[in-house]
Amino acid sequence: MKLLQNLFDGMKPNFEKGGKWEKFHTLYEGHRTIAFAPDLVTKSKGAQIKDATDLKRVMITVVIAMIPALLFGILNIGHQHFIATGGEGTFLDKAIFGALTVLPTLIVSYAVGLATEFTFCVIRNHPISEGYLVTGMLIALVMPPFIPLWQVALATVFAVVIGKEVFGGTGMNILNVAMTARAFLYFAYPAQISGDLVWTYLGDKTAVDGFSGATALAVAYNSSIDGTPVVEALSTHNAALGADFSFMSMFMGWIPGSIGETSTLMALIGAVILVATGVASWKIIVGGFSGAYAMGLVMNALQVNEFMAMPAHYHLVMGGLAFGVVFMATDPVSAAQTELGKWIYGILIGVLTVIIRVTNPAYPEGIMLAVLFMNVVAPLIDHYVVKANKTRRLQRATV
Amino acid sequence: MSKIVKLKKGFDLKLVGKAPLEFLQVAAATTFAIKPSDFPGIQRPKVLVNEGDTVKAGTPILMDKAMDQVIYASPVSGEIVEIKRGDKRKLLEIKILADATVTHEKSGALDLGQDRATLAGKLAASGVWPNVIQRPFGIVANPADNPKAIFVSGFDTHPLAPEVPFLLQGEERYFQAGIDALAKLTTGKVHLNVDGSKSVPAIFSGIKNAQINQFSGPHPAGNVGTQIHHLDPINKGDVAWTVSPFGVAQIGKFVLEGIYDASKVVVLTGSELTQKGYVKTYTGANVSTFIGDSGQAENLRIIAGNILTGEKIESQGYLGFYHNQVTVIPEGKYEEFLGWLKPSATKLSFHKAIGMFSFLKSGEFKVDTNTHGEERPFVVTGVFEKVMPMDILPTYLFKAIVTEDFDEMEELGLYEVIEEDVALCEFVDPSKNELQELVRHGIELLMYN
Repeated sequence: MKLLQNLFDGMKPNFEKGGKWEKFHTLYEGHRTIAFAPDLVTKSKGAQIKDATDLKRVMITVVIAMIPALLFGILNIGHQHFIATGGEGTFLDKAIFGALTVLPTLIVSYAVGLATEFTFCVIRNHPISEGYLVTGMLIALVMPPFIPLWQVALATVFAVVIGKEVFGGTGMNILNVAMTARAFLYFAYPAQISGDLVWTYLGDKTAVDGFSGATALAVAYNSSIDGTPVVEALSTHNAALGADFSFMSMFMGWIPGSIGETSTLMALIGAVILVATGVASWKIIVGGFSGAYAMGLVMNALQVNEFMAMPAHYHLVMGGLAFGVVFMATDPVSAAQTELGKWIYGILIGVLTVIIRVTNPAYPEGIMLAVLFMNVVAPLIDHYVVKANKTRRLQRATV
Repeated sequence: MSKIVKLKKGFDLKLVGKAPLEFLQVAAATTFAIKPSDFPGIQRPKVLVNEGDTVKAGTPILMDKAMDQVIYASPVSGEIVEIKRGDKRKLLEIKILADATVTHEKSGALDLGQDRATLAGKLAASGVWPNVIQRPFGIVANPADNPKAIFVSGFDTHPLAPEVPFLLQGEERYFQAGIDALAKLTTGKVHLNVDGSKSVPAIFSGIKNAQINQFSGPHPAGNVGTQIHHLDPINKGDVAWTVSPFGVAQIGKFVLEGIYDASKVVVLTGSELTQKGYVKTYTGANVSTFIGDSGQAENLRIIAGNILTGEKIESQGYLGFYHNQVTVIPEGKYEEFLGWLKPSATKLSFHKAIGMFSFLKSGEFKVDTNTHGEERPFVVTGVFEKVMPMDILPTYLFKAIVTEDFDEMEELGLYEVIEEDVALCEFVDPSKNELQELVRHGIELLMYN
């Protein structure tokens, strides 16, 4: 390690004031602090010691929590490919196929995002923040299995610049950065991120007869048009190919969808990691699932069409609800920040997701818009929670 | 009616280096200092002595022209050896070389039957007054004010803090006299708050003229700010006073004997001190004889006060007016390869983020001054709330100070906190912000605008 330290020390003069790369000082510091926790000590007044946890560790915790979803996503893309094309694939075949499909997206997301971030840090002379560690992974996981890489790059730049940097960088953004990237693509290039054809990557092969690439949500929505009960429609979907949309297969995630969103189980594993480490708010997660379930029950009570009659617990395993609630809604910067606010925010995300899914034919997946909408509303929720605190404080004066 | 308050929020820092309950035989400190910087509210300090003057314990040596009835007295008798000034002639410290035996200015016992104003005036002129701290703002109290209540925290939950009853051994009489005097200074109550997790120590159990309340829970249960919040919170326009148990006894001694006696017991703690224990000395003592060989050692941080709210001093430095603790820990000026990722059960952390297993360890932690990361914007939410046992939203309060929003600062509770009340927030903050400094900045904005 001495070697690496010496390497950094050797480069240091170039980046110091008056050095030839003085402007890029922040990049030097950024990389050095990744390799080595810095040799900073506490100030002479105030707390003389600091907690051993820093933001890097918090962020890497989130990244680690997403790894199960990523690995499963890779495997599932291979799995879906072999179902659709009718070929026989071993575990390894599927994993390799999936990895080759997913890794370019992941690499582009990180490379472009970090480059954008670095550019801003250099221009504005900010320290490099670790927020993009999480965002880079999230952006990749909410992309369809195959998407033109230039679109990934464009969305990433848009999200980092317009979603984050214009507000002042990490910690200052209003919208979840990864959701901003996805929403950008959704509205700018809908052909590549919606419909029935993009959720299974066929590669250079063609689909077998009778294959439908529709997602579970699309199937559910269509069943309300043709009047088949949703559960029946789901269980017969692609059944001949051995790939139905039973509750269990949706829970496990063996269904088409965005890279990381299909498996409720993997999202729950992530949730366990995030909650056990105290990094994400369990209130938002529990609130999100309960809100969706409760709204599902309300829809059941109304029962205007077949989609509304679908058992409420199906909502929890369909689409990206679990992924969105666990990884997107809990982003501390864009979520509500008061403890009561977190409950309200989480529950409303669940409620809104189901409303959008069931009532709006244009947006079969509701979680994206629900999270973005609640990001915008979160400061309002907090405002009233804070106001209640102020009122409470004022009232005790007269007691 | 005494109150029993059980607190859940907070965090006890269990550190290596606790002092045993015994007195150490160390060479006595010979020089002492008074530092205006110990008194945050002091506005225009004026030195009342010259270098070379001889003084007695209790001789006024410093005053604040903005509040001239309060004097700051010499803790010992001896010679003024140096008046140290910094840039723009800013007064840094007044150093006194102590006589072998300390002699006192004497004024005779104080009659507590006098009216409030006279009593306060006499205390203010005696040297004991700076023990009386005003809330809000945590500054030396104005003797002309009539506080709504006076609060004394009878225990200290800071890391490695001294045992208060041990500090006050033999001072029982003075402590009661101090409480009696304080009771005269307020139309409200005097609250004496004791550790509810233990039996009430003998020195407090028979106390008259005060309401005894019990507080239990992790740090900051022993902070007087926490206690005020749960007993009689401070709103805009309120004034309350706080006094440390040592301060109460010192006031009591002036009441009974008419002297300003600055002798106090100081605890020597910290993992790097070879000799840990209690020593008898005077306010503002030079620490060099206490810390022994540690003074010569490289890479040590000598802290006047405790690890959360204290101040770094040199090995030849002085304790502050309010300090009764010296802590010595290693400096943390080192880089650690992938230190932000490495799992560890030996690094102290409030958090449980990946690789932080300190919550599994039950023993004591050895700590150093490394910040374990760089300063960042606020990102993680809900953490400060877990270590703040008050109905206050710390993140919003801090943001209000950052944006200098006066209305918000007032409404969100800046009247209720001083540095020590947010020290735990500063410790646990993964974004490594200097929150104590921030709170003082906010207080100064409110005070002077």
